[in-house]
Amino acid sequence: MEWLNTLLQGVLLGGLYAMFAVGLSLMFGIMRLVNIAHGDFIVLASYLALMVVNHLGFSPLASLLIVVPLMFCFGYLLQRLLLNRTLGTDILPPLLVTFGLSIIVQNVLLEFFSADSQKLSQGDLEVASVGIGNLSVGVMPLIVFGSALLIIGGLQLLFYKTSLGRAFRATSDDQHTARLMGVNNAHIFGLAMALAMAVVSIAGVFLAIRTSFDPTVGPARLLYGFEAVIIGGLGSLWGTLAGGVILGVAQTLGAKIDPGWQILAGHLVFLLILVVRPRGLFPRSVD
Amino acid sequence: MNALNNPAPVYRVQRTTTSSTIGLALLGLCVLVLFSAPLWADRASLRLVVEFAYYLALAQMWNLLAGYAGMVSVGQQAFVGLGGYLLFMLATRFGIPPLFAVLLSGVLVALLAIPTALIVFRLRGAYFAIGTWVVAEVFRLGLAQMSSLGGGSGQSLPAAIVRQIGNDRDGRETLIYFTALAIAIAAVAVVFFLLRSRQGLALASIRDSEPASGSLGVDTFRTKLMVYVLAAGWTGVVGALIFLQKLRISPDAAFNLQDWTAVVIFIVIIGGIGTLEGPLIGTLIYFVLRGCLAQYGAVYMIILGVVAVVMMLKAPQGVWGLISERLGWQVFPMQRRLSIQPRP
Repeated sequence: MEWLNTLLQGVLLGGLYAMFAVGLSLMFGIMRLVNIAHGDFIVLASYLALMVVNHLGFSPLASLLIVVPLMFCFGYLLQRLLLNRTLGTDILPPLLVTFGLSIIVQNVLLEFFSADSQKLSQGDLEVASVGIGNLSVGVMPLIVFGSALLIIGGLQLLFYKTSLGRAFRATSDDQHTARLMGVNNAHIFGLAMALAMAVVSIAGVFLAIRTSFDPTVGPARLLYGFEAVIIGGLGSLWGTLAGGVILGVAQTLGAKIDPGWQILAGHLVFLLILVVRPRGLFPRSVD
Repeated sequence: MNALNNPAPVYRVQRTTTSSTIGLALLGLCVLVLFSAPLWADRASLRLVVEFAYYLALAQMWNLLAGYAGMVSVGQQAFVGLGGYLLFMLATRFGIPPLFAVLLSGVLVALLAIPTALIVFRLRGAYFAIGTWVVAEVFRLGLAQMSSLGGGSGQSLPAAIVRQIGNDRDGRETLIYFTALAIAIAAVAVVFFLLRSRQGLALASIRDSEPASGSLGVDTFRTKLMVYVLAAGWTGVVGALIFLQKLRISPDAAFNLQDWTAVVIFIVIIGGIGTLEGPLIGTLIYFVLRGCLAQYGAVYMIILGVVAVVMMLKAPQGVWGLISERLGWQVFPMQRRLSIQPRP
């Protein structure tokens, strides 16, 4: 029963990792951009939420009302003003520019918020739990997992049922032909980044409620998201959920054996899957 | 006009230019001055030169990987850290003399890089970059779990081993000074001769188009593996030397992304990626910037990051690229120029 509980915790944790991964997956899927600063943007969203909570007196979950639109706009501007200039056949410029951004964001956060670790408190909701049979499950992890399902389901609908989604898929398939058909690539890329940042901000707020954070924890979140994407297989949104769940379970099982092994176990499972199935479990696109 | 009274012209491939002769002579002079430095310079300056030397070697190796072989790694801190830890292990457990242990650490790191390469080579482009980072994290977290090596808090080099390097502090520092200088100069030389060889041509062709070079008979996998392992081993030697100088190691210091990879990437980008001169100029610029800005703490990394991002967008060829475009200079004779003269 104890192991079943651990397993369940891992699955729910996987929801959070899937949220880290969805942003990465969107950016890579639509504009072939791998954003190394992804984890630092997650932490940036956590700090934005912290400011909203501290200065406006919002609860962390309510802070999403401000943080999500803010990050959406930030993402659009970032893509239009900076990242669109780096896209092309050479992989070096986007990689190194986002790497530079990662270091810049970390140090800006360090300068403004110091290295002290922070946490958002959602009051009673954090400790509330519901009983399922003999298991007791936290309400907050359930909300996080449910949100991940909603986000992925919503994006799936957006991609396959709307004209914007059609433009996304067209640009993803062939940028040049999409342009000939009247798609404004620069704008589409901006919207894709804005969407990714909106997901990032939700992930950032949930992360901040779940654990304490400081300016240096971003890169680890990038790695978890990246591992979930690769485990799930490039280009598949539901795959990233599976990847996140596998990673979450590996980490909680590792932590169960020895607390020091939590993160290491996740990385090792990732490397193992890379050796056995280099294209992930549910590959859709070819890079 | 026929072939008989107008014989074929003489083709000659020219590599040295006036600027490269002057440049190499100046560089040689600098090296001579640096080798005499322990006679006249103070301790702080010598330490600065040691640091300059290991950043130059790290930058040269990252440049070889990313600028010449197209393998952008953000996980080179894995090899700096492994080099440092292997040095501590070899010196404290097996009693191997520290300087010899530095070299041996490099060899062992190179061996460890082979299985690493077999895993990360499954990823391409940007995913390769993040994959190398995961590997570095695995090494960091793994070593933090080994309590015999000090666990998460690390360990210091025992005094008995420190005395093996040299009896007094001056003797030790002088020895480390010459070793660092030799490692940096050898790093530049190895990359130089590698790139001028057949392998160098193969590398340039892989960077420009992997499928095309493969179809022309370049063994792309073997060439990339060789470069990856060479860069890893050399980075490991530098890592061992860094922690021999610091006398203390911990997982967070040894596998530090900002110190051993971010700074190195910025150096190469600012100096000029894909040139041998770039890392040299970049390291110089880095030390000047650091000298001016280090008192501002985090602001200095922000400025360095902004400079690198702007550089990547506005002048991806770097400072040296700008200079050589305008003036046609080269210090290391790398280019091949075809000169055609009519037969006398």
